[in-house]
Amino acid sequence: MKILVCISKTPDTTARIAFTDNNTQFDENGVQWIINPYDEWYSLVRAIELKEKDPATVIHLITVGGPDCDPVIRKALALGGDEAIRVNAPAKDSYYVAAQIAEIARQEKYDIIFTGKEAIDFNGSAIGGMVAELTDTPYISLATKFELTGNTALISREIEGGEETDEVALPVVVSCQKGMAEQRIPNMRGIMAARTKPLKVVEPAAIDALTSILSFELPPAKAGVKLVSPDNVAELVRLLHEEAKAI
Amino acid sequence: MSVLIFIDQSEGHIKKASYEVATYGAKLAAQLGTTAEALVLGTVTDNLADLGKYGIKIVHQVANETLNHLDAQLFTNVIAESVKQLGATVVIFSHTQTGKAISANVAARLQAGIVTGASALPDTSNGFVVKKTVFSGKAFANIAIHSAIKVISLNPNSFHTLAGDGLAEVSSLAIAVGNPKVKINSVDKIIGEVPLTEADIVVSGGRGLKGPENWGILLDLAKELHAATACSRPVADANWRPHHEHVGQTGVQIAPNLYIALGISGAIQHLAGVNRSKVIVVINKDPEAPFFKAADYGIVGDLFEVVPKLTEEIKKMRGE
Ligand SMILES: Cc1cc2nc3c(=O)[nH]c(=O)nc-3n(C[C@H](O)[C@H](O)[C@H](O)COP(=O)(O)OP(=O)(O)OC[C@H]3O[C@@H](n4cnc5c(N)ncnc54)[C@H](O)[C@@H]3O)c2cc1C
Repeated sequence: MKILVCISKTPDTTARIAFTDNNTQFDENGVQWIINPYDEWYSLVRAIELKEKDPATVIHLITVGGPDCDPVIRKALALGGDEAIRVNAPAKDSYYVAAQIAEIARQEKYDIIFTGKEAIDFNGSAIGGMVAELTDTPYISLATKFELTGNTALISREIEGGEETDEVALPVVVSCQKGMAEQRIPNMRGIMAARTKPLKVVEPAAIDALTSILSFELPPAKAGVKLVSPDNVAELVRLLHEEAKAI
Repeated sequence: MSVLIFIDQSEGHIKKASYEVATYGAKLAAQLGTTAEALVLGTVTDNLADLGKYGIKIVHQVANETLNHLDAQLFTNVIAESVKQLGATVVIFSHTQTGKAISANVAARLQAGIVTGASALPDTSNGFVVKKTVFSGKAFANIAIHSAIKVISLNPNSFHTLAGDGLAEVSSLAIAVGNPKVKINSVDKIIGEVPLTEADIVVSGGRGLKGPENWGILLDLAKELHAATACSRPVADANWRPHHEHVGQTGVQIAPNLYIALGISGAIQHLAGVNRSKVIVVINKDPEAPFFKAADYGIVGDLFEVVPKLTEEIKKMRGE
């Protein structure tokens, strides 16, 4: 079994969101970088669990980005995984990133490719579907459970208004979310082991991005909260009905 | 050249979010001086000509029963083929569970640039620039699409549906569908409850409710408001409520008209999932709870006293 886990570097969930250069660049000042939580808690941990059941499993991690991604990918290796690949190029847009991953996937022929359901910075939810399409592989989005029996995967996934369980012969591309696995903390042994695990840096394939970011904006500030006394709940109902027209 | 809008259906009925994208697509088509056309996959019981009310001129239907169920690969094939046959230059999806399963795949197949999670009509005065939410709703980015075909997936609840008069022409489209590689073993729809991502009103509970046995007052309020229910992450982690109710940066992101937070502190990761709600009401006994800064209305008080009163007052207002 050969698994690829896609890893994205994102700002910490508490990072202050601000922009520089006339609102064209994300302000990285003081920002802590983490593994995108969906990639870490759900895809990577689920891959590690599968390897724990079947030690013959090989896990590759992949990220598209510059050398600044190395600490994050080492942290991912400390949780688990056998080796990492970094495509040495800025993540220009989702198509560019997905096409680079697909390029590697075509050479390595993975049985399972896991992505997070989205990255918490650009909220694209696009990489999994694109990689699936570019490698002509079935795609299961928003997965909450993943079980293997031989070469067949049983996958639960969120659909509109509920859940369904799908059965598919490998290979498959899966985007992961809550339910897949429980968060793990890397231990000292993992951290030591990660230092010597291979981190292969490869040059990008010639691919054109199809979009570009022109600028960022912050949402308008809220006007401020209107407080109502707990002894006058009727007033809240009146405000919600007459002023906010929300009920 | 046309704008092609993917209309999602479930059990023969058009989904609410699809009316939003129909309205959005029709506005965009008018802006571009072209026509808005819709694409429906599978068989439906709703009257497709009624999509004309939202500005759709032609509804193309691939009425093959295999397509009554979402299959990412089959849908991608059929949608990409339709785009080519119809010569569409802009393709619109809703950024729902269905949209997330297929829109990026279609874009990759067509070598089309995509913006997912769009929150407004594109600016087409100079190029094609789409505004989308980033950093889990904490900011917006303006993104230019450079490819000939452009794909947009619109955030649900970010565009008002506008129904007028008019009937669309319904035309059937012949496209080979093929066989699915994915077998659906079971489908489990949550019956009788309002799906969280589609709900107009959401009532949400945090650790302040103290335990799952106290959820009755929240459920009563939700029932009175025909609201969906949600919760904070620790509540789902402790299995007080099911995982699918967990909202926030690492859970479900929602944008209802009204979000009522009971006993939730308003941590930044929680806000990231709900900050696109139009009106936020916070009930918390701690006046320093960060949620009040993000709220429109609030009550500083004990939720165990306030919530039953709130339900009563709403009943009174409605004359029940
Ligand atoms: C990487 C990361 C990702 C995360 N993702 C999410 C996420 O997606 N969603 C999420 O929700 N959290 C998330 N969290 C957790 C988040 O930081 C908070 O810990 C969590 O939201 C707190 O939940 P809470 O508000 O229910 O509980 P608490 O913070 O414990 O707040 C309980 C509140 O209830 C109030 N209260 C208590 N009793 C009463 C009463 N009788 N009447 C009225 N009010 C009362 C208290 O004043 C308090 O404000 C994440 C954290 C991390 C680190």
